[in-house]
Amino acid sequence: MCASPYYRLQIMMCAGTGCIASGSLDVRQAFERELTKRNLQNEVQIVMTGCNGFCAMGPLVVVYPDGVFYNQVKPEHVPLIVEEHILKGRVLEKLLFKDEKAKGRVPLMKDIGFFGLQRLIVLRNRGLIDAENIDEYIARDGYAGLAKALTEMTPEQVIEEVKTSGLRGRGGGGFPTGLKWEECRRYDNFPKYTICNGDEGDPGAFMDRSVMEGDPHSVLEGMAISGYGIGAEQGYIYVRAEYPLAIQRLQKAIEDARSYGLLGRNILGKGFDFDIAIAPGAGAFVCGESTALMYSIEGRRGMPRIKPPRSAEAGLWNQPTNLNNVETFANLNPIILNGGEWFASIGTENSKGTKVFALTGAVTNVGLVEVPMGTTLSSLIFDIGGGIPKKRKFKAAQIGGPSGGCIPLGMEDVEIDYESLQGVGAMMGSGGVVVMDEMTCMVDTARFFTNFSVDESCGKCTPCREGLKVMFDKLTDIVEGRGQEGDVEFLIELGHHINNTSHCGLGKSAANPVLSTIRYFRDEYDAHIRDKHCPALVCPDLIDFEVIEEKCKMCGMCFKNCPSNAIVWEKKKVAWIDKSKCTRCRTCIMNCKFGAIR
Amino acid sequence: MQERDALLKKKVQDSVEQIPRDKLELLDPIIEKYQGSTSYLIPALKEAQEMFGYLPMEVQRKLSKGLNIPAPHIYGVVTFYSFFTITPRGRHTIRLCLGTACYVKGAKEMLEIIVREIGINVGETSKDGRFTLEAVRCLGACGLAPVMMIGEDTHGNIIPSATLGIIEGYQ
Repeated sequence: MCASPYYRLQIMMCAGTGCIASGSLDVRQAFERELTKRNLQNEVQIVMTGCNGFCAMGPLVVVYPDGVFYNQVKPEHVPLIVEEHILKGRVLEKLLFKDEKAKGRVPLMKDIGFFGLQRLIVLRNRGLIDAENIDEYIARDGYAGLAKALTEMTPEQVIEEVKTSGLRGRGGGGFPTGLKWEECRRYDNFPKYTICNGDEGDPGAFMDRSVMEGDPHSVLEGMAISGYGIGAEQGYIYVRAEYPLAIQRLQKAIEDARSYGLLGRNILGKGFDFDIAIAPGAGAFVCGESTALMYSIEGRRGMPRIKPPRSAEAGLWNQPTNLNNVETFANLNPIILNGGEWFASIGTENSKGTKVFALTGAVTNVGLVEVPMGTTLSSLIFDIGGGIPKKRKFKAAQIGGPSGGCIPLGMEDVEIDYESLQGVGAMMGSGGVVVMDEMTCMVDTARFFTNFSVDESCGKCTPCREGLKVMFDKLTDIVEGRGQEGDVEFLIELGHHINNTSHCGLGKSAANPVLSTIRYFRDEYDAHIRDKHCPALVCPDLIDFEVIEEKCKMCGMCFKNCPSNAIVWEKKKVAWIDKSKCTRCRTCIMNCKFGAIR
Repeated sequence: MQERDALLKKKVQDSVEQIPRDKLELLDPIIEKYQGSTSYLIPALKEAQEMFGYLPMEVQRKLSKGLNIPAPHIYGVVTFYSFFTITPRGRHTIRLCLGTACYVKGAKEMLEIIVREIGINVGETSKDGRFTLEAVRCLGACGLAPVMMIGEDTHGNIIPSATLGIIEGYQ
């Protein structure tokens, strides 16, 4: 490594799935071409980092040492960046982040609200290291946690430290990690296994993907520490099939760690053997449940079984098994290095540390954020997320995916931790936050989640398999105008039955989206049933579009965008909708800047 | 019930004709690689599907003999996981994300356009063998919602009315 040249500047390019889809690989090629053309390739280094988190603004380029942040960079911008910034040292104004509130451009990454309010523990290496280079991970204290555990601590002390930290499972359940390990350590039945749950199936969640793609070694290190703690010599990472890039990077990381002696036999000469294999999933949401996941690794249908025995006693191949989420493992290096008390000083009384959230939906700054537990929902949505775009109003936030619930307007001051979320009828889940504005129909949303659960139910137990189907049919009736008095009460009763009598965690929470939307948006259900009207103008059978003449500015945007030619418009005349042609696709509403269509 | 059975049988017949006997020998290296444990079944099926594009009964039977796993077990696994398919696919697989974020941002409109204009619904293959439409639950690219994958390409930030234009680019 001594032969590597001295670089004057470093260009950090995001190579997460989001930015690659937006074209970051083309931008990289453009940079390489341009730098070579100007003979700067020995002065300026290009680093492909893991996901930066600000996915909506991709492709992202950060130029260090200053930390100047360019967003939505296209290959054609590259010569300009090289000319202005790299050669002349001037910041290129037009590609900087535009702050809607301050009405100006923000040059430095740390000054952008989206980044400024975050506290990074899990995502500590975000955008700073090349995900495929183990040396860069080690340079950022990587594997120092494992080294400390192996050289200075006994397995019991490691577990004690994790217990002190108050770390709780980040996969949704929130079970204290230290207790889980302690229980698994107690059983004298070898071999034992430790499993990383990377089957991130919740729609709207992509934090695990980002960690596995952007900082794979932090997961491996956490797994090795847990293996040392519970006495396991083999680990498995279960990654869903939809994440090919994560599988590829984890595979490389495992090989690199083996060649450095950080995995394999006699790690760091301390007599601890530990190795990791990847078990790819094959597309089944239910495999995120721990027992189903273990069956899937065994090559069987992934169907949950009844507990007890718990996995800590009889898990994979009936051996004691510890299973944690990707994010949980990524927390372990800092906990061991800085001590459990340091970690416990962050967060609220019962929820320690930070949580990574995937902020998506109707919010200006879509992306991945990490905040201390106890941050309020409104701070997450409005300070970090930048509020709701297009001047629309906040309606609700859906937290916890198909197992979670909605938090409506008026309750956005709730502090985000495990208990408070449960108190308002939602749950932490894996941490997907989908923001909904006034254009979202809550009945339709509940129907969407129920449909998801119907599709993904494994079919083993009746309440989930049959009950959800009945629930879905009932919701379909309501959105198609066949709703009757009493339907809502029926849904509530059925929902409680499903939640109370299903076997696994998925069935037990499958009715939550329906129950929580009924709890907070009962009036919308009633409007669908009694008035046969959808207040958010979403359900096609319950709406008729018309132009409000006073508001129409005769711009013709609706006319130009209508896919079925249902709008009649001439210059300087108010538009008019031909209802026989209208397919109620809402394109006109989306394109009207004046709110003149309803 | 009889009708349904007949339909199921017909599908199996169809797919048998698609793969000639000598081509099944291509499975031998996979069998060799994954012999010994049931836990290798899912990776083995994955590789087999990459090879043939789908997993007809012939392939499943061959794997069953080779890996020494009962055929019903393999059939059970194949039908359980959405990644595996028993019927042939179109040249391009359209994976339309219907996750929450995409749904909120108009994936439903995109689906309606595809159903109307291409004439295939979720799980179907177009008559000319060009497209298979799949609905997926979150591709994990919510920052770019709504998202659609065609083959290996991810298309993000799609305006519903532009859906057809993107699809037309794939022959």
